[in-house]
Amino acid sequence: MAEYLNLFTRVQVRGPLYAGTPIGRDERYRGKSSGFNYLIGKIGDAQLGPIYLGHLGVLSLFFGFVAFEIIGLNMLASVNWSPIEFVRRLPWLALEPPAPAYGLRFPPLHDGGWWLMAGFFLTLSVLLWWARLYRRARQLGLGTHLSWAFAAAIWLYLVLGFIRPLLMGSWSEAVPFGIFPHLDWTAAFSIQYGNLFYNPFHALSIVFLYGSTLLFAMHGATILAVSRFGGEREVEQAVDRGTAAERAAIFWRWTMGFNATFESLHRWAWWFAALCPIAGGIGILLTGTVVDNWYAWAMQRGYAPSYPSVAPLLIDPALSVGGTR
Amino acid sequence: MKYRFPLVLAVLIASFFGVVFVLQAFERPPVLSSQTGFRGTGMVQVTNPRSDAILWDRNQVPPPPEAADAEGDRASSIYENVPLLGHLSIEQFGRIMQVMTEWVSPEAGCNGCHVEGDFAAENNYRKQVARRMIEMVRHVNNGWANHVQQTGVTCYTCHRGRPVPEQVWSAAPEQGARGMAASPRMQNRGEPSVGLTSLPHDPFSNYLSGAENIRLQSPTALATGTPHSIQNAESVYGMMMHMSEALGVNCTFCHNTRSFSPWDESRGPRVPAWHGIRMVRDLNTNYIAPLRDILPANRLGPMGDALQVNCATCHQGVSRPLFGAPMLRDYPELASPPAQ
Repeated sequence: MAEYLNLFTRVQVRGPLYAGTPIGRDERYRGKSSGFNYLIGKIGDAQLGPIYLGHLGVLSLFFGFVAFEIIGLNMLASVNWSPIEFVRRLPWLALEPPAPAYGLRFPPLHDGGWWLMAGFFLTLSVLLWWARLYRRARQLGLGTHLSWAFAAAIWLYLVLGFIRPLLMGSWSEAVPFGIFPHLDWTAAFSIQYGNLFYNPFHALSIVFLYGSTLLFAMHGATILAVSRFGGEREVEQAVDRGTAAERAAIFWRWTMGFNATFESLHRWAWWFAALCPIAGGIGILLTGTVVDNWYAWAMQRGYAPSYPSVAPLLIDPALSVGGTR
Repeated sequence: MKYRFPLVLAVLIASFFGVVFVLQAFERPPVLSSQTGFRGTGMVQVTNPRSDAILWDRNQVPPPPEAADAEGDRASSIYENVPLLGHLSIEQFGRIMQVMTEWVSPEAGCNGCHVEGDFAAENNYRKQVARRMIEMVRHVNNGWANHVQQTGVTCYTCHRGRPVPEQVWSAAPEQGARGMAASPRMQNRGEPSVGLTSLPHDPFSNYLSGAENIRLQSPTALATGTPHSIQNAESVYGMMMHMSEALGVNCTFCHNTRSFSPWDESRGPRVPAWHGIRMVRDLNTNYIAPLRDILPANRLGPMGDALQVNCATCHQGVSRPLFGAPMLRDYPELASPPAQ
């Protein structure tokens, strides 16, 4: 087991090629080809495939491709169909939502119509992929935890691009499709609504985000640390004394007086991960619909401190000069 | 072993691009920060002595010639067509003409503005522009002390030895394909005018020529139904990126970034900056824009407007142009119009 002392995987997990449990009639939707790949074996199981795509997978990929093409071709048009400019400016290019003047009406194609269509097809693709995850899990007799975790992410996506714009009465409130543009949108959104850092749901979301990384690090390190005793075979060890699993538990009890169990640890991880976009989505949903200026809100409610001023207080010059000259 | 080689190669290639990225994207130390507000609020200014030294060299004032004798005959007694400077003594008149030539037209010399052999002739458009610019400089020094204070401005503040100042702007044409393809909305191009962001790259038409409202945050905590627009916020953000780049400062030079809008949270320089925005609007509207009628086509922007002023035109990367050198003191002719 010396391989496990290394931080990087040194074992190639290779068995005979195996397509997975028999699934009767649905077998025809499962791919035929599979093989081994050394580099893939460096980071996981060396067996690649077969993949089960099915109707949902094919439709999801198709609609995802439609959205991808709408976004990509509009970006290409925005640099006058120049492939060189397209590559050069790709991180800055975007497909923008309609202007505020259109509200929730269907705008002309060139002024947000393409954005609406791309959003529709992307949403369709994401929802079909969700259904596919759900169906694959059921067919293997698994719980549907993964689907619901994915649904938490979809919730945030829908709040940003669909639910909140509906409540605000304007598609212009939604996010552009683009690499830097969606980041600049985020900054502008925060500035428009008085600094999102004073939104308590934003804070909660960050707690769960950073908490997830902390839990992930703790769990990953614990399992690697006890894998010299076969600790990665968590489940079969969970109820016995003297196992690698028990050492892990004792380690945490000694260091912080409390230990998650091998079962509950995964619930911690699931909830932290899922609550990150759930809390974030609630925070976005309240922004502009209920709260217009999060900083002012935080000051009113005593949620944020005010700091002593180190310089003379300024007076708005528009008041003294008279109007916004 | 068969697979080891491509892995090593992949790591080498990845590290090469990694190093290129790090060298391109990050600033070489030292990066210094100085605290400007209450501890823990992130109120700091970030500077780098290396780029500061470059800026210092680039923003030096040329030594002034010896002061001229104000006595003796007036310039108007021997020169024709000198409505703005005719009240000066001949010696003063000669001195200001000489420095203006050095500041604005060092290569073409007098003939940049004047017709060779007939200095009184009025048919060089540059002479008309120069006359209007002298009026503008005096207007700034007299009417906009709340921005330029007692330091004032001269021709050199913007021109720096060039007939057209280096940092000017003009309305940007719409780019990208037409027809039913999505309009790029004058943004998402990574232009230097907005600090290489994807923000709208012509904030100047809205805020430095037009007088659109820059204040976008709601003063009330709860929503009141006042419509906001994130696109508008992006546009204002682009304008602020320009100011930050033009002055070589962070947002926190003027604002406490925990809340941009309240004045009682802001730093002192926000007040002259506020007046500066109004000053630039005034100059562009009343002095620069009307010049389009006398400027030749090669001096106009792609949309046919005159090349206009923004914060960078004077500031050129420094929060006080020319590091606050009181240059105007040596050129009182540019400070005030003649007493009638």
